[in-house]
Amino acid sequence: MLTAEDKKLIHQIWDKTGPKHDEMGGEALFRMFTAQPQTKTYFPHFDVSWGSDQVRTHGRKVVSALSSAVKNVDNLSQALSELSNLHAYNLRVDPPYFALQLLSQSFQVVLAVNLGKDYTPEVHAAFDKFLSAVAAVLAEKYR
Amino acid sequence: MVHWSAEEKQLITSLWSKVNVEECGAEALARLLIVYPWTQRFFSSFGNLSSPTAIIGNPKVRAHGKKVLTSFGEAIKNLDNIKTTYSKLSELHCDKLHVDPENFRLLGDILIIVLASQFARDFTPACQFAWQKLVSVVAHALARKYH
Repeated sequence: MLTAEDKKLIHQIWDKTGPKHDEMGGEALFRMFTAQPQTKTYFPHFDVSWGSDQVRTHGRKVVSALSSAVKNVDNLSQALSELSNLHAYNLRVDPPYFALQLLSQSFQVVLAVNLGKDYTPEVHAAFDKFLSAVAAVLAEKYR
Repeated sequence: MVHWSAEEKQLITSLWSKVNVEECGAEALARLLIVYPWTQRFFSSFGNLSSPTAIIGNPKVRAHGKKVLTSFGEAIKNLDNIKTTYSKLSELHCDKLHVDPENFRLLGDILIIVLASQFARDFTPACQFAWQKLVSVVAHALARKYH
């Protein structure tokens, strides 16, 4: 459950990393593909090499969705409703929690790389909870 | 037996040589207790775990974190024989400590994030791959003797 303090930290960190958002998504995806190769099975049509346009574009989509989630953290179900439908009926990233947790891990690694000491234990906890909540909403309609 | 490429071994050992085991261990364990608070159930004798500040400053957490990461170092010294290295510890975690092996995976992920925050760009994607593989192998070895 996200506390008021968690939400504050998430907003702060999201604002702070604003200038890097453009690259962060692509880097998170690339790290996920590299560190957890089984995730590539969802992107057989992608060039997953470093610097790939497809990865970069898709990364921007992911970050844009996360930005929307951050802005609407009190109403994730509604804000992510379309994406939730997409993941449930179309993409079917399976199993729902597990694969999305791998992206969460790589995204947090990117945050940690960029923030260093500023990715404090409290921020880490807040983001881990937030990304879990996002993953749960995306998996809501699976069955 | 796990196969490690020369590159993976190099990425693991060269990063490890720069790690302050005491600091890194303390931080990783503290973060486990903060990010996944239910893990505190294994440390009821550790005293004050009531807030992130209390956890981070708790000397028992620091000491135990150092112990855990020192043991990790043993795995790194014995990459080709991690199963045997952790055989007794696996029995201990099952029979005496009663730790759900899922927690080993959680600690492994936390360690990765601590390393990422410390080494920043030096913690390259290739490095992350090698270390994710390592923490997964360690977690597996620790779970191996469960019954």
